[in-house]
Amino acid sequence: MTEWTHGLSRRDALRLGVAAGPSALLAACGWDGGHGLMPGLRLFSRVNDWVGERIFLGRLRPAPEYPVSARTKPQDFPAYSITYNQTGRFPGVARSDAWALDVGGLVRKPLRLTRATIEALPAVTYTVKHHCVEGWTAIATWTGVPVSTIAAMAEPTGEARYLRFDSFDSGYYNGWDLASAMHPQTILAYAWNDRPLMMNHGAPLRLYSPIKLGYKLTKYLTRMTFTRDRPGGYWEDQGYPWFAGV
Amino acid sequence: MVKRHHGIVRATHWLTALLLLGMIGSGLQIYGAFPHFGPRGATYPLPNPWDGSGFPEWARLGGWLAGGLNWHFALAWPFVLTGLVYLAYLIFSGEWRSLLFRARDIRPAWQMQRYYLGLNPEHPPQGKHNALQKLAYTSIVLIGALAVASGFAIYKPVQLAWLTAVFGGYELARYWHFLFVWLFVAFTLLHVALVFLVDPASLRAMVTGWYRGRFPSHD
Repeated sequence: MTEWTHGLSRRDALRLGVAAGPSALLAACGWDGGHGLMPGLRLFSRVNDWVGERIFLGRLRPAPEYPVSARTKPQDFPAYSITYNQTGRFPGVARSDAWALDVGGLVRKPLRLTRATIEALPAVTYTVKHHCVEGWTAIATWTGVPVSTIAAMAEPTGEARYLRFDSFDSGYYNGWDLASAMHPQTILAYAWNDRPLMMNHGAPLRLYSPIKLGYKLTKYLTRMTFTRDRPGGYWEDQGYPWFAGV
Repeated sequence: MVKRHHGIVRATHWLTALLLLGMIGSGLQIYGAFPHFGPRGATYPLPNPWDGSGFPEWARLGGWLAGGLNWHFALAWPFVLTGLVYLAYLIFSGEWRSLLFRARDIRPAWQMQRYYLGLNPEHPPQGKHNALQKLAYTSIVLIGALAVASGFAIYKPVQLAWLTAVFGGYELARYWHFLFVWLFVAFTLLHVALVFLVDPASLRAMVTGWYRGRFPSHD
């Protein structure tokens, strides 16, 4: 699996024509409540985050898996990135050996992992349903290493309560509660539908989990940071729900 | 003049009307982010006149998807609480007896329908509410409960997978949730039309509690 630094073929680029997702996210019209009400709405959103963390994640329920035959056709599975929205091109790394994942923050053993190292770790493969905040769903097979495996290697300290995921996609990042991040289905994925992850889906490595909405699943990963304080997120900082568990 | 509606009923009635307006407006805002039903690559052949189109600005609340979501998830709390307060009042006051549609109301409901269609010259005798009203007021509570349940089904389709399965899965639950909007809208239009056409005094009763109209019985 070393083809992920390649650019998109014309055919793949055409397939991306259906990746219409972000336009709706960026649309801005109608009344949002104004400066008076927005802070109140954000407060409710935090209450809902709290309920999500305390009640809905109490038992770490796994998401159902589907047969491979249930997969959404590859060309129908949307993909977008902030960089793509701004420039029409997906972000990429020039050379595969120039990329590595940094694992740090409140850990005893900071790590720097190449993709070969990550691919050598015990992998998880599952076929699951993707839930986008916009309301669509799509099914695909993902392969990767559980985040909990990486955490066990890095040995987070008792102070660590959150995980921050950074990317090379124009500042895109996400903050996760540790319980969701340590869920057995939360993985660092490097393959999609049995093929090496392509640029549109976040190559060389992306976060994936069927227990969160799509915007929590950081693509184009560069760093994992264990923190004591709650990190924000690219869309979360603009008002999207932070917990976003499904 | 008879005292018709307790303060709890009047307060929850108008609060529900206001909250429902906000829930629908923010819901239509959310719908615009993906105006289809069915998974990616397979739109379900379900009737939806709004497939592929968003709703006009005046009908939406929230400004963008995140705003719509925040409004929807904030208003959902008082919406559900108001409904529970109303139901609790009906149960503890015994008021449910004049509102719950039961098997014995089927025949009177049919007669009432015939009256509205001009096939019965006489208005059938009734208590506080006629049988058709009971049917409407019982149905709207059920529709409200189903709207909330289907809302939870699409809010947490993994953690509440059993509930989502009851509605036929995430994609269908989303459709039912959308459909309930139009049942609410249809109910409200009919409800308001009948108030003015049949018994305008009932509007005052829902505001002040006091009723001086055609159907003073107080069962």
